Amino acid sequence: MDLAILWFVIIAVLWTGYLVLEGFDFGVGMLLSILPRGGKEQRDKERRVLINTIGPVWDGNEVWLLTAGGATFAAFPEWYATMFSGFYLPLLIILLGLVARGVAFEYRGKISDARWARRCDLAIQAGSWIPAVMWGVAFGNLVRGLLLDGDHQYVGGFWALLNPFALLGGLTTLVLFLLHGSVFVALKTDGDLRERAGRLASALSLVALTVAGGWAVWAQVAYATAWTWVAVAVAALALVGVVVAARARREGWAFTLSAVAIASAVVLIFGSMYPEVIPALDGGESLTVAEAASTPYTLTVMTWVAVVLTPLVIAYQAWTYWVFRRRLSSKDIPAPAGLSWQKIKDAAF
Amino acid sequence: MDALALARWQFAITTVYHFIFVPLTIGLAPLVAGMQTAWVVTKKERWLRLTKFFGKLLLINFALGVVTGIWQEFQFGMAWSEYSRFVGDVFGAPLAMEALAAFFVESVFLGLWIFGWDRVSKKVHLAAIWLFALATNLSAFFILAANSWMQHPVGTIYNEETGRAEMESIGAVLTNNTLWAAFPHTITAAFLTAGTFVCGIATWWMVRLVRSKKPENVEKARTVYRPAVLVGVWTMIIAGAGVIWSGDLQGKLMYEQQPGKMSSAEALCEGTEAAEFSILAVGPLYAGCEDVDHLISVPGVTSFLGTGHFSGPESYLPGVYDVQEQYTERYGDVTAAGEPVTYTPPLAITYWSFRLMIGLAVFSLALALTALWATRKGRVSDNVWLGRLGILAIPMPFLACSFGWIFTEVGRQPWVVAPNPTGIDQVRLLTERGVSTAVPPGVILTSMIVLTLVYAVLAVVWYRLMHRYTVEGVPDVVRDESPEAQDPDDADRPLSFAY
Repeated sequence: MDLAILWFVIIAVLWTGYLVLEGFDFGVGMLLSILPRGGKEQRDKERRVLINTIGPVWDGNEVWLLTAGGATFAAFPEWYATMFSGFYLPLLIILLGLVARGVAFEYRGKISDARWARRCDLAIQAGSWIPAVMWGVAFGNLVRGLLLDGDHQYVGGFWALLNPFALLGGLTTLVLFLLHGSVFVALKTDGDLRERAGRLASALSLVALTVAGGWAVWAQVAYATAWTWVAVAVAALALVGVVVAARARREGWAFTLSAVAIASAVVLIFGSMYPEVIPALDGGESLTVAEAASTPYTLTVMTWVAVVLTPLVIAYQAWTYWVFRRRLSSKDIPAPAGLSWQKIKDAAF
Repeated sequence: MDALALARWQFAITTVYHFIFVPLTIGLAPLVAGMQTAWVVTKKERWLRLTKFFGKLLLINFALGVVTGIWQEFQFGMAWSEYSRFVGDVFGAPLAMEALAAFFVESVFLGLWIFGWDRVSKKVHLAAIWLFALATNLSAFFILAANSWMQHPVGTIYNEETGRAEMESIGAVLTNNTLWAAFPHTITAAFLTAGTFVCGIATWWMVRLVRSKKPENVEKARTVYRPAVLVGVWTMIIAGAGVIWSGDLQGKLMYEQQPGKMSSAEALCEGTEAAEFSILAVGPLYAGCEDVDHLISVPGVTSFLGTGHFSGPESYLPGVYDVQEQYTERYGDVTAAGEPVTYTPPLAITYWSFRLMIGLAVFSLALALTALWATRKGRVSDNVWLGRLGILAIPMPFLACSFGWIFTEVGRQPWVVAPNPTGIDQVRLLTERGVSTAVPPGVILTSMIVLTLVYAVLAVVWYRLMHRYTVEGVPDVVRDESPEAQDPDDADRPLSFAY
């Protein structure tokens, strides 16, 4: 098999890993103000339940993004260069979201103060909603194609990225991640919170089926090739499955199927791009897999590295999910252990 | 400013900022792992308390290293796309390896360590912090492999057709002698940073407790903080020796591989034997080396750094002018404006950053020696000046690390990929050719301003948390040793730790 094609597949796999795993992280972050109920204290406890469902794993999930970026750089330098410089502003916005969210996860509990917690919750929510939309916008544009000049430089500018197809793509990832997150919360929590998450998942599954289904059909009809109908069909069936499983509160099945739906969306996206990595609009010169690829030598080296390390990574990452498999509820959450706001203020320089 | 200048400033700001957190993580993670090992082996509670205390500071620090690291990987493609096109076939591989081999281990096992105190057995938990510590060091190896290739490209050929560098041998890239000097230098500098950090904090605490004169405080100073002082002292001494050894190795390689960097470190105009090491120079360094007066100099030392000889013909060092002449003849590049390229980096920066990198080590040396003396034969100290020296010394290795990188990167200019004198001449790239052509200056200016502001806010939060958690001191540790507390599957027990 052509190594460049293999690496195109590997990049798709890495993005699948990223979007499936950080997809529910985004979902949990977005639900931070939606799911919790009750008095002030109870709401804060439930927010902490939500954060702690992903506390030990969110950073590992995000490494899939770094790996996808690094692997694209190594295996397809031209793709990396054109895509990252072309998507400069969207990537900057995503990145700022990820920064705010990561810091807020880690620092929220370091200070025990209601105002501090609210600020961190805001950062977590902004850092979840914004990237959840932006990833869909970015991938929508890759499916639709970009304005490229003869040197494969993006010349369309920022506003051209906000076209209807890409914006619907943004809405699609948003809804998919919200659904994925609520299904995950239902799977990982207990008690009333679990029930609320289950109800929300059940409602969201219908919205997701409509929005994602609509976008997938649009993408398929306008931009994709015949075989990707399979991906559209699998995604649709999986989402129908989520509707059924969420209604029946079969949380394990619902989670598995919403993961399948996200994975199928990635297959559709990459399948529609192939044999190009960036299709060009308006008769411009598309960047193809073959043109963008590194030399066979580099790809061979990277193949060995990926073949040895990827199964290992999946194994130990999966193992930590097993270690932290316990469902959480607000009675599991210990009293805040951070320092008081006064103490932090006193420490000023 | 044009896109090039903005992209360079942005790279400088974000990279120097990122590298505030990196050396402390690289050095402190193994020290915390060592403390936890001491607890597991000796079962002495003080090591558990120190593990929790320095572990918390490690986590506060690591969080910012993580979130500022994503931008590091992205900005090559975003702001330096032409660089990425030219080098991607070689440079991308170590970056991808870093993510697959190091970042995953780091993040997954740190998560296990933070939340796993009562979820996994003591041994597995200890293994988690060790894996994290190893992975932080491994990550340094891969990113330095990438950087060393920019300093000294090896294992690479030039493709005339595509105009790009192509990897010929990954073995050569990973055994680059530049890498095998830069890696120990960076790692030992990181340990020096962490050693100074641990020693500085523990010394300050020891003095503070002894001065309170309460018997229980003096006892705590003796049993808890004094061991930490010694951990810091010995880390500093061993790492300091390593820094000197590896730095010497780097000097010799720099003389062979980037002679212009060596002469610009000294602001040396004309080539000379027995080149002096200038300690203080005055004059318009920014305008070149011409009118600079070297007020205090030590004979022969710069020659020794580069060649291993203090005097004689073998100690000859080329000057800035010689390098300009040689490079013009060999490469003869012209700038985008059609002017001949100046192969001299900004001397004011190279001269002073080189001196500050070396000079700031004095503080660690002073702290290591005085703290060692003050704790001799089981003593503790109540000398307030020792405590103050501890605090004063903490930021100095951080600054030295920054100046070291500023020297390395600015000294390489005007190249982003410096040519290898014994390699293929076309495998070289001027910095000005690396910047993204598709990104307007206004966009780069926007991101530079936004990132700088966000990073500034984060720096304030980071500093306050580090400061306050240091002033809190070691926590009291109450371990529930009852059988119920040991059962990881007991669903009714609250989490021992949660965000």
